[in-house]
Amino acid sequence: MLAFTLKRLGLAVLVTLTVSVISFSLLHLSGNPAAALAGENATPADLEAITRQYGFDRPLPVQYADWLWNALHGDFGQSYYFKLPVSSLIADRLSVTMTLGVCAICFALFTAVPLGVAAAVRPNSIIDRTALFLSVAGQAMPSFWFGLVLIVLFSIKMRLLPPSGSASWQHFIMPTIVLGYYAMPAIMRLTRAGMMEVLNADYIRTAHAKGAGAGRVLFKHALRNAIVPVVSLAAVQMGFMLGGSIVVEAIFALHGAGYLAWESISRHDLPTVQALILIFSCFYIVFTFLSDLANAWLDPRIRVG
Amino acid sequence: MMTSSAPTTESIVGMTPGARMRRRVFGHYGLMFGLAVLILIIAAAIFAPLLTSHDPYAQSLFMRMKPPFWMNGTNPDHILGTDHLGRDYLARLLYGARISLMIGLLTALVSGVIGTTLGVAAGYFGGKVDLAVTFLINVRLAMPVVLVALAVVALFGGSLQVVILVLGFLLWDRFAVVMRSSVMQIRDLEYVNAARAIGCSTTRILLSEIMPNVVNNLIVIMTLEMAHAILLEAALSFLGLGVQPPMPSWGLMISEGKEMLLFQPWMITIPGVALFMLVLAINLMGDGLRDVTAPEAKG
Amino acid sequence: MADTILTVEDLTVDIPIGAGTLHAVRGISFDLKRGETLCIVGESGSGKSLTSLAVMGLLGKRIKRDAAKLEFDGKDLAAIGPNEMRALRGDRMAMIFQEPMTSLNPAYTIGDQLCEALHLHRKVSKAGAEKHAVELLGKVGITAAESRLKQYPHQLSGGLRQRVMIAMALMCEPELIIADEPTTALDVTIQAQILRLLADLKREMNLALILVTHDLGVVARIADKVAVMYAGEIVEAGTAAQIFDNPAHPYTRGLMRCIPVPGKTKPGEPLGSIPGIVPSLVGGIEGCAFRERCELATAACRKTVPERTAKGGHRYRCVHDIASAKVA
Repeated sequence: MLAFTLKRLGLAVLVTLTVSVISFSLLHLSGNPAAALAGENATPADLEAITRQYGFDRPLPVQYADWLWNALHGDFGQSYYFKLPVSSLIADRLSVTMTLGVCAICFALFTAVPLGVAAAVRPNSIIDRTALFLSVAGQAMPSFWFGLVLIVLFSIKMRLLPPSGSASWQHFIMPTIVLGYYAMPAIMRLTRAGMMEVLNADYIRTAHAKGAGAGRVLFKHALRNAIVPVVSLAAVQMGFMLGGSIVVEAIFALHGAGYLAWESISRHDLPTVQALILIFSCFYIVFTFLSDLANAWLDPRIRVG
Repeated sequence: MMTSSAPTTESIVGMTPGARMRRRVFGHYGLMFGLAVLILIIAAAIFAPLLTSHDPYAQSLFMRMKPPFWMNGTNPDHILGTDHLGRDYLARLLYGARISLMIGLLTALVSGVIGTTLGVAAGYFGGKVDLAVTFLINVRLAMPVVLVALAVVALFGGSLQVVILVLGFLLWDRFAVVMRSSVMQIRDLEYVNAARAIGCSTTRILLSEIMPNVVNNLIVIMTLEMAHAILLEAALSFLGLGVQPPMPSWGLMISEGKEMLLFQPWMITIPGVALFMLVLAINLMGDGLRDVTAPEAKG
Repeated sequence: MADTILTVEDLTVDIPIGAGTLHAVRGISFDLKRGETLCIVGESGSGKSLTSLAVMGLLGKRIKRDAAKLEFDGKDLAAIGPNEMRALRGDRMAMIFQEPMTSLNPAYTIGDQLCEALHLHRKVSKAGAEKHAVELLGKVGITAAESRLKQYPHQLSGGLRQRVMIAMALMCEPELIIADEPTTALDVTIQAQILRLLADLKREMNLALILVTHDLGVVARIADKVAVMYAGEIVEAGTAAQIFDNPAHPYTRGLMRCIPVPGKTKPGEPLGSIPGIVPSLVGGIEGCAFRERCELATAACRKTVPERTAKGGHRYRCVHDIASAKVA
């Protein structure tokens, strides 16, 4: 188990490094950072000064090593636009994104798992068909459009919820639904498929033969086994969702890290974008890592080898 | 124990394989619905100039914000109304379908070529090649797609080619994963070994023994990734960092309609529904094709 | 204590499949007293497993059960509701399944699963339940029982798992145990141990035991009474001695020829086999279901088959009066 954990950890670090190399070179090769920094009215002299000041004339690997060294010490440089340290800028915004991510994954789990279970218990019933419809529709629904439709319905027509901002918990309701709906279809399908398989297992018949009631069989004996892959999927989805929160935060003007990313990209604020790409990929890597651990912990066949 | 056979198995015994396949295809409502809607949208995109006489780029100061036919104050010349610059909404919708379809198709081609090459190589050669490809897949999955795509488009400028290339280079992971496992399943089967035994070259084995047996899965993933690419392009354009105005991208139309959300919600409804229907149709077709031809590609 | 614990009369099990209905069990009757072992013998698809599931009330929702009489210790199982049935299951009647490898829940420890059987039916403390579980594990021949409680199913071998299944069936001291091919999935040496264990437990606890099997060797070792099933019907039933010494039905005779008899079967001598396959059970069957494979088949076999009774309550269903012919 320890060897397994260490190996996974090493791989995770290697993946993170590779992502950072790729994104660094992508950003620095695709445009002139000095031009981005100087603004539109800069003279060639300004550009040269900036290039020298920030060291953009150095070879790219040197710039990368420099950036990485600082990043490892928690220093992601200065934001070109806000003129503030990128690390504190992101730290301020991260709590909003994390809150949104946690709410969204909880929303997805608490709706998709019961639906999936119900669908598996009565295949081809109304519930099963509704669940299937919701999941097919969910996969086809553009999340930004879904968000706008919710705003029209709940903010403009019914005046129930605030359309934008992040001041109160009400502000998080619609973003949670939109972001959570993105993860629902996959979780539901996996729950349904897992439950269908488990419900046909011999040990379910054993549980019935013991005299266990339907609810006990379903939740204690079946769901406990079917939920293992769902938990790891949810962890992976959480990683994807934090990366995808940029769209949702943009629609609802939720000032989290995703919104910051959108702003920074529009303003060609390279240090901030660079740091955000790294942080979002770290999220994904951490969550997949956690998902592996959760899997091992939940399944005695892996835990107690 | 008794094995209760499904009702259909008995009735299809004795049919030719072709007839059996036709029956499965035509009996699959999702597949038929998806196919029908998709054909309709493709036809609308191809024959756009015949379906509307309006130019999707022509602006008119006097014809701004005309509502569509189901509302009051509509103009019979513009059945789906006009946008804030007085451009005919139906024309923009029809020409927009061209953009979505093109993005979907070309992106799926680019990512399909990358992903299939990597996946087949990993699955067939195994060992170090497989390790390297698996590592690349991990790296790719760790990159936040929307963020990276937005950043690159922002730096390179939002032309159609840039969007297609960026998405193509970002969406190959599922091709690689599925192709890798499909090839692994068949690479040591007898007929592949037989080809090896009679001295076929690796290229020949890959092209004439391996590929024909994984092409079903490839087509299924291709349709699903088309849908994925269409949605992503719309999202990028919506955020202002995809296809640039004045092109009639559906995502861009929704973004422009957002400004009038308060008074003219139909401006986001029309392109939104179109986008939803297109992606739904492609997904239903992909799921249907998988059910019919390649059930093992699930997940 | 020779009172009847289980009475089954005219039991049918129907499985709806698409267009038609599969009549898997077609009107079978038997009864069982405390301390008796009934072996139900038959090949795959003869309806023997469904019969045992039908008695336990464990058939799936789609499957229909019907019986003129289905009584457990004077209680009409057909009339009681699902809750009352559940209260009986695992408490007064228990079941052991064919696949020990997959019949235990992989997510819980052996101890949890054993104690659950007790907690479902009795008010006992956790410690009390565990003590009982350890006792029973010892009784079914598992050493170091205490440490086994904390183990998971995947850490045990198939033979051990089947012993755990037996201990689990015994947790509430049931009066009837139904074992559905309990030894089929096990090694031959383990099979013998498990059978001996079942026989010992039956004697010790005065259990009524129904053993479903296709293995006549098993039957010979353990049975008091035997019911031979073919195509959803009991074609012959009687005491073990009657069936083995004096098989009447051509199918039973065919089965007997399929097993080697030590001392009688010479090395290299071919064993018997029954040609043909079991008829389709979809829809009704006119006449004798075995006639297509029977060496004695005549035109009369197309008509309704009478149930004949030979001496000593030995019953069989055949057009031919085989038993008396033999006596005569």
